[in-house]
Amino acid sequence: MDWLYDFPHMNDDTLRDLKRAIDDGFRTFSRSYGDAIEGLFYPLQQFLIAAERFTTQTPWPIIILLILTVAWFASRSVKIVIGCLVTLLLIGYFDMWTDTMRTVSMIFVCTLMAIAIGLPIGILMSRSDRMQRVVNPVLDVMQTMPSFVYLIPVVMLLGIGRVPGLLAVVIYAIPPMIRLTDLGIRLVDKDVLEAADAFGTSKTQKLFKVQLPLALPTIMAGINQTIMMALAMVVIASMIGVQGLGQPVLRAISNQYFTLGMFNGLAIVGIAIIFDRVSQAYGKRLQKHREIVHG
Amino acid sequence: MADPTFDGIKIRNLYKIFGSNPATHIDAVRNGLSKTELNERFGHVLGLRDINIDIPSGSIQVIMGLSGSGKSTLIRHINRLIDPTAGEVLVGGVDVVTMNPAQLQQFRRHQTAMVFQKFALLPHRNVLENTVFGLEVQGMDRAEAVSVATRWLERVGLKGFEQKYPNQLSGGMQQRVGLARALSNDAPVLLMDEAYSALDPLIRMDMQSVLLDIQSEIRKTIVFITHDLDEALRLGDRIAILRDGEVVQQGTSQDIVLRPADDYVENFVREVNRARVIHVDAVMTPLANGMAADGPSVETGTTIEIAMKALASMSADSIVVSEPSGKPVGTVSIRQLAGAMVSSDSERAAGPPAV
Repeated sequence: MDWLYDFPHMNDDTLRDLKRAIDDGFRTFSRSYGDAIEGLFYPLQQFLIAAERFTTQTPWPIIILLILTVAWFASRSVKIVIGCLVTLLLIGYFDMWTDTMRTVSMIFVCTLMAIAIGLPIGILMSRSDRMQRVVNPVLDVMQTMPSFVYLIPVVMLLGIGRVPGLLAVVIYAIPPMIRLTDLGIRLVDKDVLEAADAFGTSKTQKLFKVQLPLALPTIMAGINQTIMMALAMVVIASMIGVQGLGQPVLRAISNQYFTLGMFNGLAIVGIAIIFDRVSQAYGKRLQKHREIVHG
Repeated sequence: MADPTFDGIKIRNLYKIFGSNPATHIDAVRNGLSKTELNERFGHVLGLRDINIDIPSGSIQVIMGLSGSGKSTLIRHINRLIDPTAGEVLVGGVDVVTMNPAQLQQFRRHQTAMVFQKFALLPHRNVLENTVFGLEVQGMDRAEAVSVATRWLERVGLKGFEQKYPNQLSGGMQQRVGLARALSNDAPVLLMDEAYSALDPLIRMDMQSVLLDIQSEIRKTIVFITHDLDEALRLGDRIAILRDGEVVQQGTSQDIVLRPADDYVENFVREVNRARVIHVDAVMTPLANGMAADGPSVETGTTIEIAMKALASMSADSIVVSEPSGKPVGTVSIRQLAGAMVSSDSERAAGPPAV
């Protein structure tokens, strides 16, 4: 009756061989193609470096002014702009400016990547139910698979550094972008779509003049979620060499520096709140004309 | 001015069956399979059965029916938002049913324009941007499109509202935008799908006047869907009444009110203010050829209400009916007018009153 208490499992040797075979296969693959794939990501790496150089080497008052300007045009709210200013000044005063700027540049590039990849996928998904059936489980895996697990092949392929960090962050943060683009387009009012058809719009005209503009508030919510999730990955990304606020936190964990961890953690929270409030306020402004004022 | 090159709309033997495999049931339906039977035995819904309507260029054709009668389905066949199961839809001599997607797109851009029950404006565009939409889709030069749109906005009474957004406007004003958007297209066919059904009665009357007023100028071929007989009688040069996907009667407002084809139509007609619909021509005593008549007169085509008003203000018992040229054609008495107002058919009026 042993088998009742001990789950009948694959023969130990076979299992070991299987794992080894897969590992060897992947190792050979990464040895022979690793360089080529790294070359593929070279432009991305240059972009990351340029973005980081820009945020860390530009004089801080200019950066603050830039962020405040963006915040103002997105939200048109004095309260939010002042909130941003105070947060940034506090971060700088506690000597976390450079690390914060590295993180901001990383998040910026990650968000751009997520939009550039996620938006087209979301659009395709909204157009075909079959595509939706295929993509949805993939997104589920991306969101639930522990990020350390897919860090392993990424690191094997590309080593440690910015690009593998970016990949890890984008994989983790892109699902809401895709899902909400799909949802936003699918939720566009059927009557308005019919009107667009009746006026003889081509597929492209319908997409750019009707579907995307009407889905934009939902897509903005997706971008907001993507930014938040990217920020949540900062510490994990720092384990494979991404510089920024994650590294001091990592050091604090291994050395039990309570205050160091706390300060940097709060700085992450600070920029998360800035990103969140600004992008949400922008999303709300997009909604302005959608609410019914008149009966 | 009606476009002389435009040949109106002709709908021929149009059938529409909704369901997973409509083509297999079309012959059975042609041979008289009923709507209920089709639904119970095959799970298909009969949308339209053997529709034949001729709409001359430059006229207003009203299609009337209760909800579920297929009227919205029918109007969507004219610009093929819905594909028919069988039949022809000739618009300006071209069969819409056989067009390929590219032709259909061009056809919708230039030959038809549509106004919708729920307005279907773009909420992210202001009034002017909504109005230029159709022209933008056509690819018209921006400056020209704006000038056309501005002119039509002014014409429907929305001057000064160009920069407002749809959600800042009342329903009536939103539908004015919808109308301006459709008119800007300058298409020979204007499709109005229950365009005024969502408006309150006063605004609806107002919008009907706007439409009639504009139509007297532009002479488009208008297909107007409604469930309101008063609206149908006021707007329609010709009216088709739809029931369960079939045309039960078509004709002028006089035909419908004076000679309802069956009980279904008569039920509609009973609630109508007859004095405002029936023309004096229908009830007058014709003059024998060459006979003269003097005294005050009204023109042919005058409604009973107007004739009554004219009679009430003078001492005479009857009034002369004359053609627009001034030639008298008949006389009509107060008794005749009053009789026409209360009876829906002459035999019944002559018999003992029903209890």
